[in-house]
Amino acid sequence: MIELDARRLMCPMPVIKTQNIIETMLSGDNVRVICTDPGVMQDIPAWCRINGHTVLKAEEIDCEFILTIEVGDG
Amino acid sequence: MAKQRKAVVLISGGLDSLLAAKVILEQGVHVEGINFYTGFCVEGHTHAIRKKHKAKPKRNNAIWSAEQLGIKLHIIDIIEEYKDVLINPKHGYGANMNPCLDCKVFMVGKAKEWADKNGFDFIITGEVIGQRPMSQRRETMPIISQESGAHDRLLRPLCAQNLPETLPEREGWVNRDELHGFSGRTRKPQMALAKKFGFEDYAQPAGGCCFLTDKAYSVKLTDLWASRGKRDYEIDDIMLLKVGRHFRPKPNFKIIVAREEGENNFLQGYKKQFVTIRTVSHKGPLTLLDGTANGDDLELAAKIVARFSQGRDADVVDVEVADKNGVAKSIKVKPFTADEIQQAWRV
Repeated sequence: MIELDARRLMCPMPVIKTQNIIETMLSGDNVRVICTDPGVMQDIPAWCRINGHTVLKAEEIDCEFILTIEVGDG
Repeated sequence: MAKQRKAVVLISGGLDSLLAAKVILEQGVHVEGINFYTGFCVEGHTHAIRKKHKAKPKRNNAIWSAEQLGIKLHIIDIIEEYKDVLINPKHGYGANMNPCLDCKVFMVGKAKEWADKNGFDFIITGEVIGQRPMSQRRETMPIISQESGAHDRLLRPLCAQNLPETLPEREGWVNRDELHGFSGRTRKPQMALAKKFGFEDYAQPAGGCCFLTDKAYSVKLTDLWASRGKRDYEIDDIMLLKVGRHFRPKPNFKIIVAREEGENNFLQGYKKQFVTIRTVSHKGPLTLLDGTANGDDLELAAKIVARFSQGRDADVVDVEVADKNGVAKSIKVKPFTADEIQQAWRV
């Protein structure tokens, strides 16, 4: 699985980085995004919903916010 | 069957762009959103940095708008390119460091580039004649259309009836009669249209969505440029202008004093880039020192920092000053009184 380090970035940069990496991936691929801005727990799932991707898991571990996303057809 | 036309809408997260997009969606046009990130966005950062906002639900209003509209949103990082807009605005600044007209020209131009690359037919904005004193006036509307290169492919659905016909109207891609003729600073027509469309929870940012329209922020930016002798910045510079109390006791250095735990945590991330100052005998804020400082300067800075610690009334406060490599030294200072911190030092 591809891992994206978006630590220390503040929204919307983690969303932009997620968007940009997903553009290079294929439908069905997964990416794990690691962030420190808690805003991603709202922004990344919302961005995924409107762009046809699926958040498989969103968790907070040791002050980090980790989202696993499955790339959709969009 | 007629080809379905495609429009890209500049989504700011505010009500006007939300409505402009909806008006065009209602006419059967395929609409997608584009949102530009300059680094000067107000909302997200302050929420992310300051602990006191943590209980308040945070959302990105541009994404929220797109979700309400059921359209895709493309967020574009223009931090680097935007520097030239801010540093050399052809049309100058507004009341503060806001280059609103140049900004709009630039963003519409970028949207046009995106539209060309992705096979979109025209561009929509939520502009309304007379809505904003610098960028949304009758005289500025043609400037934006022309200088952006969008020309008559730029449609403003909320005030289109007050403007010459554009390509989408002439070609029949949209019906001009179903567009609007809003003008002026009143928000009543927009609120009525929002109600008609069933939008209730839309953003109503006070003072705009850009830090450059903020007087205090603009003063800090001007100070940064003056102290460095050049008008330039990196992303960390403009982030740090949003955080903490800023003092410049002498021309050669500035200190940034955290105001609360959230800012303390945020400034921790800069310990390898700046000299840091913290009180050790009493609980107090983490402080960054930007610039160069000799021993006397560090003592001066430490007295200010101690003033904002819990030892503000103590005779002596132990302060630790650490360089970028983490090499620390201790100094003892008597905290400044409130009167000893000169007003002129505050940035």
